[in-house]
Amino acid sequence: MEFQRHDAPFFTPRTDVASIMRQVLYALIPAVLAHVWFFGPGILFNLIIAALFCLAGEAAMMKIRRRPVQAALADYSAMVTAAIIAFALPSLTPWWVTATASLFGIVVAKHLYGGLGFNVFNPAMAGYVVVLIAFPMDLNLWTAPRMGDIDYQYPTLLETIRYTLTGVLPSDLGFDAVSRATPLDQVKSGLSNMRTFDEIHNNPMMGHFGGRGWEWVSNFVALGGIWLLLKKIIRWQIPLGVLAGLLIPSGFLYWVDAGVHASPGFYLFSGATMLCAFFVATDPVSAATSPKGRLIYGFGIGFMIYAVRRWGSYADGVAFAVLLMNLATPAIDYLTRPRIVGHRKLEKWRQE
Amino acid sequence: MSATRKPMAALRKALWDENPGLVALLGLCPLLAVTSTFVNGLGLGIATILVLTCSNMLVSASRKWLRPEIRIPIYVLIIASLVTCVELLFSAYFPALDRSLGIFIPLIVTNCAIIARAEIFASKNPVTPSIIDGIGMGAGFALLLCTIGAFRELVGQGTILSRLDMFIGGDPIAGFLVFDSGFLLAILPPGAFFSLALAVAAKNTIDRRRKRAAGFRLSI
Repeated sequence: MEFQRHDAPFFTPRTDVASIMRQVLYALIPAVLAHVWFFGPGILFNLIIAALFCLAGEAAMMKIRRRPVQAALADYSAMVTAAIIAFALPSLTPWWVTATASLFGIVVAKHLYGGLGFNVFNPAMAGYVVVLIAFPMDLNLWTAPRMGDIDYQYPTLLETIRYTLTGVLPSDLGFDAVSRATPLDQVKSGLSNMRTFDEIHNNPMMGHFGGRGWEWVSNFVALGGIWLLLKKIIRWQIPLGVLAGLLIPSGFLYWVDAGVHASPGFYLFSGATMLCAFFVATDPVSAATSPKGRLIYGFGIGFMIYAVRRWGSYADGVAFAVLLMNLATPAIDYLTRPRIVGHRKLEKWRQE
Repeated sequence: MSATRKPMAALRKALWDENPGLVALLGLCPLLAVTSTFVNGLGLGIATILVLTCSNMLVSASRKWLRPEIRIPIYVLIIASLVTCVELLFSAYFPALDRSLGIFIPLIVTNCAIIARAEIFASKNPVTPSIIDGIGMGAGFALLLCTIGAFRELVGQGTILSRLDMFIGGDPIAGFLVFDSGFLLAILPPGAFFSLALAVAAKNTIDRRRKRAAGFRLSI
């Protein structure tokens, strides 16, 4: 229905879904560039394949559900899902893994629950968890970050394309030559082998905080996130909650015993912490909506990321933390409903 | 009662319209836990048919002597003794299958599909219709177990009828290979939930198509 607009000096706000999603995509561009610089061009192919399958899945589901296909494709929400899936997957990923994650995220986690606005779970994280469980071997192949002082072999552009399409590396380039355990993996296995954190961290691969390359990608993700905060696309409560939920337990345990626990700075700048805090947890559909609820939701995610990283069997726990807190979202929203203006005052007045 | 007069109608009802797994969603714990292969599903299905038929028969035969206040504990006693018999039979004749199903054969005691049939049907009906109901409901449950088992096995491992030797004896059978590698998720617990959801959705779709074909107008 078209509303009449009057000629007075009104500005029409440009806050439709498409413009928000587009700005989220812009905010990820510096991080993509940093990712290409440190980990090779693999993420670009992940991005293309994920986008292809997300859009195809979205179009097919809208057609099956007899909804307007064009409008759904134009709102960029499937593109944001694709971008987050591309970031979550290792830079060398065969195309069928990316396709499975994309299709599962869009078809099952998004459209079978009712489409955009009704999905209980974050589609990107649901798709990622499915491939994490279904293809555990393929998700271990993280290329080594580009470093000045140590030379590893890097797959070239052609080799990356070939691996993405076939899942085989050229015979002279073994998995051991191109991939390295991620810093989170190293810290986790090192700590469980009774080595101290300083000992593990004393390795050029570990960089200053969260691992060479990783910390810079995190920085650029955070930069994009801060831009979104300034543009008021996301609110401050969820990112703050996630970071606090991770920093408080890790900081406390590090303060108690710096030998057997990793430093909070390491956890903050490694893995997908920043991506989670600014881009994943802030998904407006599956996150809590009241201001206090957002803080609790974010804190729960941060705390669970720490719990999985420190005591779980997976190296990073962002996807599990987000999905678990998505489950808790209705309860959080119910318990943190903002007070109706004047409500408590009235009760007090009645008591007197 | 109607079941004696029309046993085929009663069977059809049990297999499709009131299927304990698909419609009533009873007994989901064993259904989700053991259906990783077709043979596992078939094994538990047969055990369930045996227990359900005998328990319906015994409950129906003793329905006039049971005081209503204590009927549920008595049903559980009857079912538990039958389950013990079935478990002993399985471990005597199909030891490999018994090991593969493990705790889920004793857990048939807690399968609410069985106690539901005892309470809803057998305690109110004569013996013959109760036996027919037990066979039908058990077969409906077993059919669903086999379908989901076959589906998960095909998607998850890419095989059909693997470990059939647990039934027919002889050397271990790897099954017929359809795909080289499977989609591991289908074997894992989430795959069980997805398969069940797909089965329920398929049933609802078929029912709706049939209704529409029969000339009913759905008022949407």
